[in-house]
Amino acid sequence: MPDSTSDAHRTAGASEGHELPPDAREPYDLAVIGAGPAGLAGAVTAAEHGLSVALLDSARQPGGQFYRHPAPATRAARPEALHHDWPAFADLRDRLKAGGVTCLFDHHVWTVAREAEDDWTIHALTEPPGDQQHSVRVRARAILLATGSYERQLPFPGWTLPGVVGAGGAQAMLKSGLVLPGRRVVVAGSGPLLLAVAGSLVTAGAEVPALVEASSYFRYTRHPRALAAQPRKLTEGAHHAEALLRHRVRPRTRHAVTEAHGTDRVEAVTVSRLDHEWHPIPGTERRIDCDALAVGHGLIPQIDLATALGCATRRTADGTHALALSPLQETSLRGLWSAGETSGVGGAQQAMAEGELAALAAASRLTGRRPAPLPHLRSLRRSRDRMNAFADAMAVTHAPGPGWTRWLTDETDVCRCEEVPAGRVREAVTEYGARDARSAKLLTRAGMGWCQGRVCGWAVSCLASSPDTAPTHAGAQTSAPDRRPLATPVPLGVLADLTSPDRQPASPPPASDLPPHPPTEGQPS
Amino acid sequence: MKPTDLVGATPGPPFTITFDGRRLDALPGQSIAAVLWAAGILSWRITRGGGRPRGAFCGIGQCHDCLATVNGRPNRRACLVTARPGDTVTTQEGNGHAGFDE
Ligand code: FES
Repeated sequence: MPDSTSDAHRTAGASEGHELPPDAREPYDLAVIGAGPAGLAGAVTAAEHGLSVALLDSARQPGGQFYRHPAPATRAARPEALHHDWPAFADLRDRLKAGGVTCLFDHHVWTVAREAEDDWTIHALTEPPGDQQHSVRVRARAILLATGSYERQLPFPGWTLPGVVGAGGAQAMLKSGLVLPGRRVVVAGSGPLLLAVAGSLVTAGAEVPALVEASSYFRYTRHPRALAAQPRKLTEGAHHAEALLRHRVRPRTRHAVTEAHGTDRVEAVTVSRLDHEWHPIPGTERRIDCDALAVGHGLIPQIDLATALGCATRRTADGTHALALSPLQETSLRGLWSAGETSGVGGAQQAMAEGELAALAAASRLTGRRPAPLPHLRSLRRSRDRMNAFADAMAVTHAPGPGWTRWLTDETDVCRCEEVPAGRVREAVTEYGARDARSAKLLTRAGMGWCQGRVCGWAVSCLASSPDTAPTHAGAQTSAPDRRPLATPVPLGVLADLTSPDRQPASPPPASDLPPHPPTEGQPS
Repeated sequence: MKPTDLVGATPGPPFTITFDGRRLDALPGQSIAAVLWAAGILSWRITRGGGRPRGAFCGIGQCHDCLATVNGRPNRRACLVTARPGDTVTTQEGNGHAGFDE
């Protein structure tokens, strides 16, 4: 496979309507991975402070998941109809165009290698339309990781039926593909995203017969100070609530979908009431007809690229692993900054503030000048800290209770890729002594499929964390973050190229070079 | 209200792709998964172990449930691949290489 760094540059440039001289700007001062709110804010801020910047994203246009929107070919006149706070994105997009940032879209980053102090190589795959897949290397003096998050899923009987889709997945398919999974869509799970998803679905013409939330929203009121500091969050919530009210969708809290029914596709769901630990209460089941179910239980920071490098992580209030960062957004590896949901899930406003802070810190380090007046830096940090406090309150409220595993039957597939049922994972624990996700995985293949455990990892660690397989939430929290040497599937040919002497890039990052041990938790930030 | 009306989409004329021999209308810019959903098709893969139907789940390239065979190439993530005129999509059975083993 040819090393096509320069081709890829030209392609990316051409698709954006401007030509870029190949390689002329490498190494870039800063490479930003992820073009969502955090990455965009970071890239434009860095460019406006004189850094040369490359911005990589697997999508074909900027926006990330939050500002996902239809492809230009759909010629959507009102993309903002499916978005809250579109002007913030429009502003970033305009500044991106003006700022001379090298945009490398359709670039799937699979690993980042640290060659030396101030010398990083990003390895990505790209496939220009109608062309072959190419491998691409991008060199940079510093990295800003803004890879966001992905949805947490708690399995339940019937969740592999067609028509059962991730809540974020339904939202993504609607925002970019302008399609719905069905006409009558139950929305279920936990977390503020559900409000947004249900709001978008009804606005786009679907019927939402039930919006089922496992936690109780009333717990927000236990954090009045964090809540009061968040007028923008409240407006966003009100924006969705208004759409729901107009369509008579009332959130049903302390309930969960405990089964999906159907043969070749979902036809109905069973909704049960939950006690405060998320145990389904027998006798409360109710059946709701639907032709689709959009389900999700919050978001998990996407930190594979950083954990593969050995970055320190911290435990979030809802039991996921996030990157441990300095007050100026730097990871435990010097020169690797991070912003957005990689350090905890807090929404677009927080992500943009963090992206700006990280870029200012990187610019200061690389240029040796203070890039922004101190009062501005201080106020950025203050608002980020306020939003962090609110995000923590939300995370506590929506953290899955330990009782959810009760709705799993032994036949329920936990791992969708390898089709491993809950009974096999339970057996690995009770019969063979598995005590964590890793040993359960080795014994059952759960998490060894295509998605590398992204979908089932959290559920498997819950099942494996206690000998009686009725784990406590704290049990699920003790497992180490997942390590994935490759953040995206890579053809063997690409790996072979890296080690062949002819094609030797600056330094190959074979998986064996990666730190052998999981990073330490809770390293001071 | 249809989603396309909501955002005021005025794409160029639809083109067709085929799915297991059936002709489907596609809008420029849509992913293959979106074209299938628009036609009411929710599954286009049969699992290796249980022989169960699957389609798009995460919608963003993470879960690999949406794997399809596109123009003879197996294991393409339908949620990421943009549909192009004349694309031939077929249901993927198992790991997509069954044909080569026989
Ligand atoms: S739907 Fe998950 S990868 Fe395509």
